[in-house]
Amino acid sequence: MRKVEESENMSKNKKLTGSLGDKTFCLLTLFMAMSVLVLMVWIGWQMVDSARPSIAKFGFSFVTGRVWDPVKEQFGALPFIYGTLVTSFLALIIAAPVGLGVAIFLNEMATSKVRSVIAFLVEMLAAIPSVVYGLWGIFILVPWLRETVEPGLAKWLGFIPLFQGTPLGFGMLAGGLILAVMILPTIAAISREVLAAVPNEQREAALALGATKWEMIRIAVLPYAKSGVLGGVMLGLGRALGETMAVTMVIGNRPDILSSLFAPAYSIAAVIANEFTEATYDLYLSALVEIGLILFGITLILNVFARVLVWSVARGPRGGLS
Amino acid sequence: MNDRLRKYLNWIMMSVFFGATLLALIPLFGVLGYVIKNGLSALSSEFFINLPKGMGAPGGGMANSIVGTLIMVLIASLIGIPVGILAGIYLTEYDRNSWFSMSVRFATDVLTGIPSIIVGIVIYSSVVLKMGHFSALAGGLALSIIIIPLVIRSTEEMLKLVSHSIREAGYALGISKRKIILKIVLPTAARGIITGAILAVARVSGETAPLLFTALGNQYWSRSLNEPIAALPVQIYQYATSPYKELQQQAWAGALVLITLVVLLNLVARLAFRTRSN
Repeated sequence: MRKVEESENMSKNKKLTGSLGDKTFCLLTLFMAMSVLVLMVWIGWQMVDSARPSIAKFGFSFVTGRVWDPVKEQFGALPFIYGTLVTSFLALIIAAPVGLGVAIFLNEMATSKVRSVIAFLVEMLAAIPSVVYGLWGIFILVPWLRETVEPGLAKWLGFIPLFQGTPLGFGMLAGGLILAVMILPTIAAISREVLAAVPNEQREAALALGATKWEMIRIAVLPYAKSGVLGGVMLGLGRALGETMAVTMVIGNRPDILSSLFAPAYSIAAVIANEFTEATYDLYLSALVEIGLILFGITLILNVFARVLVWSVARGPRGGLS
Repeated sequence: MNDRLRKYLNWIMMSVFFGATLLALIPLFGVLGYVIKNGLSALSSEFFINLPKGMGAPGGGMANSIVGTLIMVLIASLIGIPVGILAGIYLTEYDRNSWFSMSVRFATDVLTGIPSIIVGIVIYSSVVLKMGHFSALAGGLALSIIIIPLVIRSTEEMLKLVSHSIREAGYALGISKRKIILKIVLPTAARGIITGAILAVARVSGETAPLLFTALGNQYWSRSLNEPIAALPVQIYQYATSPYKELQQQAWAGALVLITLVVLLNLVARLAFRTRSN
């Protein structure tokens, strides 16, 4: 450790000395690093600035308003917030356990060959463009939901309001399912990273006491990785909230707040994608940007919180096992 | 709990984890399978040569969209990759632990997490509105904002793997810091950095949302970077949501081309990385 510190100090001193070429190069890299910081601030400022007319006009009622009627200049964002949250949480409920299961399988059960193949396939799942998921959603997933899944759910679980109503296919269930597929790789990858950071002594100690593999995972691995996995799940949630194309294509695009998962709804990203180029007057555009600002704020907070959780595990605990 | 019960429970849980993995792979093969099946039947040589034809007319293609995507990805790479690599160099070689580099890292994470449609909004209000029209340039800029944080992250990870002794050897020989970075550290990490850059490029080639109100799309060839330009993902979106059977089939063909591009880039990236570790 000493050595690393020394060489870092050395590199710090080197920064200030050296030839003109050296200084220029250092400044160039510094400038590029700074540009990232500037970019972040600039994006935030641009959003706030463009949303200002709408914020000034509607105030807090923008968030609570249920009516979205550009013709009458009435803008309430609640249906979009609702649709975004419901689909994202639905995705989370499905993808979190499955993603964690994949991570456990890869890290604790699979041989290294199987692991590399399956890890590659799961990464491919993340590489498929969102618009292709949407295309598949429209022509494969939605008809399947409409003809098989939704009537089935309505028949067996129809007493729950979530599963009532006409099976349309296009709706929050389709949006949630497609999001689940899309965020699963994120959750699996980060959970795996976190599980891999659990020291092997933990596992060996549990096994030495006669634990089965599952008991080892439950007692020695999962508690240790808990907050990191939670961080991974939240990063997945962040991705789900901001996902645009696939949701736009299957959610049905109707700004209603209905309890049934079969009902068509609308999401924040979807309304921006659909109406942004059609916004005919400034206030309309500004209202759309304000919705975007809300999305930006939610994902920002989630991401920061999630990164802190993942970092805290990846760095290892300070002192003692907890 | 008696031993047999514990063993059964163990067996059940192991099957659950294995089952979860299989379940996760079903959509992958589902999507790939349908894209290949429907895409192949709609794909023809005309698809790569022709411009889109009107509503439901046969024989249309997506030549301009394919070229448009390549142009915008190129613009984004030319901006995003150098900026990302240089910033990554700063974070590992010049300044690892100050509050400044920590805040740059934080900004990088924030940028990675920003929904891509937000990037579209920002470029619209800052570039498109100022220039007065949608353009390939605006689209490329939007994509570059998505590339930058990805490249910074991967560059940083790769440079961190380069051992300190190699740098110290350089210092001992009296080589200047810039030369140590450019001639020793970067070549050592080159394959990893290239892999990261290719993966970032693969990621943005499929992006639709940031192009909707920056590049807009175009049914014809664009004559300059200042004109609206077609992009493969945008064209797929428009055709997929259209009511015409022919256009929907074209969307599948487009999806096949897009997925092939993305998967190829991913494979190239991984192969480049693997030859290094051998």
